[in-house]
Amino acid sequence: MTRRKLPGSRSPSVGHGQDQDAAIAVDDAGPHHPPRLTLRSRLAVAVGHAVAAASRATGRGRGQVVGGRAMLRLSPGILAELARDKRIVLVSATNGKSTTTRFVAEAMRVEGAVAHNRTGANMAPGVAAALAAARRAPAATLEVDEAHLPGLLASTRARVVVLMNLSRDQLDRGAEVKRLAVRWRIMLEQADWPLTVIGNADDPLVAWACSAARTVQWVGAGQWWREDSALCPACSHTLDRDGKDWRCPGCGLRRPPPQWRTEGTVIVPPGGEPLPTHLRLPGRINVGNAAMAAAAVGVWGIPPATAIAAFEQVEDVDGRYVEAVADGRRVRLLLGKNPASWTELIDIVATSGHRLVIAINSRGADGRDPSWLWDVPFERLTGREVWATGERRFDLAVRLSTAGLAVLGVTDDPLAAVARTAGDEAVDVVANYTAFQALRARVAP
Amino acid sequence: MSGTLGIVHVFPTLMGTYGDGGNVTVLQDRARRRGIEVDAVTVGPDEAIPALGDLYIVGGGEDHGQIAAARRIRAQGSLAQAADAGATVFAVCAGLQVIGVDFEVEGGAIEPGAGIVDLITRRREPRAVGEVLADPMPRLGLPRLSGYENHGGGTRLGPGTEPLARVVAGIGNGSGGERGDGTEGAIAGHILGTYLHGPVLARNPALADLLLSWAIGRELAPLDAPYVAELRAEREAYVASGKLSASAADPR
Repeated sequence: MTRRKLPGSRSPSVGHGQDQDAAIAVDDAGPHHPPRLTLRSRLAVAVGHAVAAASRATGRGRGQVVGGRAMLRLSPGILAELARDKRIVLVSATNGKSTTTRFVAEAMRVEGAVAHNRTGANMAPGVAAALAAARRAPAATLEVDEAHLPGLLASTRARVVVLMNLSRDQLDRGAEVKRLAVRWRIMLEQADWPLTVIGNADDPLVAWACSAARTVQWVGAGQWWREDSALCPACSHTLDRDGKDWRCPGCGLRRPPPQWRTEGTVIVPPGGEPLPTHLRLPGRINVGNAAMAAAAVGVWGIPPATAIAAFEQVEDVDGRYVEAVADGRRVRLLLGKNPASWTELIDIVATSGHRLVIAINSRGADGRDPSWLWDVPFERLTGREVWATGERRFDLAVRLSTAGLAVLGVTDDPLAAVARTAGDEAVDVVANYTAFQALRARVAP
Repeated sequence: MSGTLGIVHVFPTLMGTYGDGGNVTVLQDRARRRGIEVDAVTVGPDEAIPALGDLYIVGGGEDHGQIAAARRIRAQGSLAQAADAGATVFAVCAGLQVIGVDFEVEGGAIEPGAGIVDLITRRREPRAVGEVLADPMPRLGLPRLSGYENHGGGTRLGPGTEPLARVVAGIGNGSGGERGDGTEGAIAGHILGTYLHGPVLARNPALADLLLSWAIGRELAPLDAPYVAELRAEREAYVASGKLSASAADPR
């Protein structure tokens, strides 16, 4: 692979700028000259930072969303201004956005500062806040909500977009899976600037959307949940499946041959030697995430081995997978927010043998309807002891007891359940989005 | 029914988006715990729906899965034959639309349904999304139904079709204006449809038992349902607290 030197790319570690919003990862503010903003946008950034600081000071949150919202209100065109001349990677998927974005950030940091919405604020306000907080960074890596990707891709004109998987999630928001794929496809057809798409060849909906783009690097990143892709996205014929391979007997749509492959924990880059990985993050899904991230940073000339070495340093992603201590008990926090993410977690939880606490909420960011719990194969944990917790603990208790798990108790607070588990070994706490956020804020890593 | 209860789960990979597979899990669980032998068949998208089942389940789904399922069900004819022969058919959401006479899809096209029950569905605005409470027709002897709806269709019942329930909170069938006409679901003989997810049989085990009793042709002994009373009470309290309208984009 040829190493390209891009405008704005500098060697790292030459002095550290200090940005005002310390809550956002200003990984390393380098000497990059930020694009000049219009007066309106300069005011917007100042007001946004003040609003964010006030929000943090009053303990209402981490401030990015309210700050970003203020910026966008004062200067609706600010995203394009902030994004100008930056090397930007956008990452979107139903699952794995945060982890893959983090991997990309770690690898790109090798070359300098990176703006990164690492707290998962992944709609326009969070993206604006992350870009504004690291104005000097020559690069940005941003996770983006699936439904908000078309707008944010158009306004940032990112050069690289990583598209990984689509499956059922938060269905009450009306974001049907196929409809998202259609919107992604139209978005890629309409992109009129040099854009490289890193596409997961193993997910038929994603592959169909990506095939509308001019430049695609295909990655065989795996697909662990297939219940939303039985039909050809192009012609609705039933797809033929054979292992990872898929094709449509109706219209001929088929799995694109991937340039990047994974075999177990090994990543095989295009035309290169297979590279063993030793990720600290568990599960085969993270090997796929790493392959997507390696392909993304490869577009900027970062060699796969360098990228993988950076990924291996990641121990947790905004609290996910982290081992922490709560009231003297060791807990491992896992995010399980929809059937696809749970399908992978079941393996991790089944083999850990740890005591198990599950927490389920149904706020806006979780999806209001937890019916999806019945799509999760909890039957694979039959006989396991478990606590059902969170705001939807009774829905969860009904589901788990029907699957034959031994429900030890039902309580609102997952940490109260942790405190009541016997023994002194670690407890696995699997929580969905807002339940996880609340936990992360309460436990000390 | 001959000894074994034959449950047929119709095209879950085409129509099973909203956790409705849980209905089959609940039916099997409640039958087996009563000592009833169950033979459950899952019909794949390219397989034939067997005509000799006792209880057919059709779940909810997205437009393109729904159209594909409707065309297959119509072409095969076996589900309609089974319904004519007295089998129990239970359909949820898009499944309810599919077993009707016809339904409108995104873009305005009218797609014929399986014609098993006299109802039609047209698109409605706004989409009906949120918690539902509904009181079943008194003759059914069922407690209040609790569930969650999420549909862009408004369903109008024909003269030969009775509503399953009267809406207490939520929209239900949703034809005839923004708030709907107050009906929820449909019943005709042993064909029963509803817009409720949850899954509906997990939240309403009495409804599961009604379907099982139709399918096996006799009354069933009572059976416990762990944590369901607490779940139903918690949902009633949630609705009573007025938090019904879901905001589309909560701050994260």
